Amino acid sequence: MSAPSSPPTTDEATRPARSANDLRKQVYNSPKERAIKYLLGACALVSVLTTLGIAAVLIVESIPFFQSVSFAEFFGETRWTPQFTEKYFGIWALLSGTLLVTVISAVVALPVGLASAIFISEYASTWVRKVLKPGLELLAGVPTVVYGYFALTFVTPLLQTLIPGLGVYNALSGGIVVGIMIIPMVASLSEDALRAVPDSLGGAAYALGATKYEAVVRVKVPAAFGGIMASFILAVSRAIGETMIVTLAAGATPKMTLDPRESIQAMTAFIVQVSKGDTPQGTIEYQSIFAVGLVLFLITLAMNVLANRITRRYQEQY
Amino acid sequence: MLPTNESADDAPADNLPADKAPPEHVSTSSDSSPRAPSPNGRANAAEDSAPTSPPEAPTDPAMDPKLNIQDLHFWYGDNHALQGIHMDIQPNKVTALIGPSGCGKSTLLRCLNRMNELIEGTTMEGTVLVDGQDIYASNTDPVMVRRRVGMVFQKPNPFPKTIYKNVTWGAEINGYDGDLDALVERSLRQAALWSEVKDRLHTSALDLSGGQQQRLCIARTLAVEPDVVLMDEPASALDPIATSKVEETITELKQDYTIVIVTHNMQQASRISDETAFLYMGRLVEMNPTDQLFTRPEKDRTEAYVTGRFG
Repeated sequence: MSAPSSPPTTDEATRPARSANDLRKQVYNSPKERAIKYLLGACALVSVLTTLGIAAVLIVESIPFFQSVSFAEFFGETRWTPQFTEKYFGIWALLSGTLLVTVISAVVALPVGLASAIFISEYASTWVRKVLKPGLELLAGVPTVVYGYFALTFVTPLLQTLIPGLGVYNALSGGIVVGIMIIPMVASLSEDALRAVPDSLGGAAYALGATKYEAVVRVKVPAAFGGIMASFILAVSRAIGETMIVTLAAGATPKMTLDPRESIQAMTAFIVQVSKGDTPQGTIEYQSIFAVGLVLFLITLAMNVLANRITRRYQEQY
Repeated sequence: MLPTNESADDAPADNLPADKAPPEHVSTSSDSSPRAPSPNGRANAAEDSAPTSPPEAPTDPAMDPKLNIQDLHFWYGDNHALQGIHMDIQPNKVTALIGPSGCGKSTLLRCLNRMNELIEGTTMEGTVLVDGQDIYASNTDPVMVRRRVGMVFQKPNPFPKTIYKNVTWGAEINGYDGDLDALVERSLRQAALWSEVKDRLHTSALDLSGGQQQRLCIARTLAVEPDVVLMDEPASALDPIATSKVEETITELKQDYTIVIVTHNMQQASRISDETAFLYMGRLVEMNPTDQLFTRPEKDRTEAYVTGRFG
């Protein structure tokens, strides 16, 4: 940045002229510097604008839907039957499917993910950590359609041997596999949070006669609480938006139920069904996917905002 | 550990042969007398018919050492950080470890409660006896060692919890089932912090100043009722006023505890310690009563260091 600023010189004659020259030269604010700044800013803006664009499209496109379907029906009705002649648009039938899958996945992923994080950051030896961490990240890289087939062709048959009469499509199988899918996310983010806890706190705990378990559970995990909660929320929000697994394994039967053995339809799966089907544009059925998408968007947005707030609130703790 | 530690009360430590702790002491540490010694630490040790080594010359020959270090070696990987340390540390004294950076004084300190084991890739050889018990014996649990030999660190490291919780934490994991309020008050009084925090015990420890945090860390250590308190440059991160508060605290604590302190600050060593050990390049050069070591050092290297000619 300061490249041409005067090199030390002993030559009395040249010094004044040179430094006067140097001071006026526009380096810091040169066109190139400015161009770089705007270029980088534009890249950063892409994701923000995309998000805003998506929100705008969802809102605009769902206006016609809400002109024909009242909010009262949308939030008060329990049936979702856009393909039937007698159409009902009660979001709860889809929302309950999504929530059911999300709860099941959270039950699977949060304890297992946190336990993995604790193991990796506190118990594992260096080389075990070196194997385990990339292994987990590999799990995170598996395409979700593969998880979907895994749910349908492996987990469901397995569950059918345990639960007699379980259908091919059920919320349980989808939920479990969504949970497996988000374990790496919980584990990785929670591990980062645990590692951010200063070693001095662990040292203090050990010096007070703590066992490893006591130091971890009663000092480190509470100290990393903000980060761990944020990892939970981000993972759950990922589970809410998960599409392929629930489309393949959880069924296509919108139904307000909390029974994990039932075939359900998640919001995402409904959007896939309509947008990939032969539903003509302009029909209310077609418009409904924007309303469903809007609800989905608002839920995940709220979860992410919540995660951010929790992280920030607990960041100052140490 | 004691409620009876107000400064007027150092008589028992010196005079009373009786090993009668007031009942409340016994009740708080159920696991046998060697653990409940502090003010009568001397009397205790005298009765427990001398363990291994005979009392060493530099101090009162009538005393058995609280800590006895024999031929201690320590390696960080290939780096031979401690090269055969022999040392006796007397009960109810403040022993200062001084020496230039990298001389091994902190390493030595951390060997005394097995904190060094927590660092990967280190090796230790030698013997460390606390009241004649080998803390590195195969059947000795490091957790139990640390309950008996507490530690205060260089940088104040309170838990991100309330002041109250910081003090009770160690006692609770150690199964303390007495009156927690009393424990908190007693420990904070011992650490000379009570009057400053008594109205905000349930606020975050992180809102305290650095010096207060360090005294809280001392209180937290005392609440576990150790015999020995190790301090690793406890005042080095503090300003002069906070430092003098911590030093006063240390001076008062020696009535009840055996204190080993690492310090870079030679004035501090001469102000607060009874004995001083000078380490250099992983070896113990000289250990003597503090005034003697600073005024009439036996070794040239000690003299060079304490007079500021090197280091």
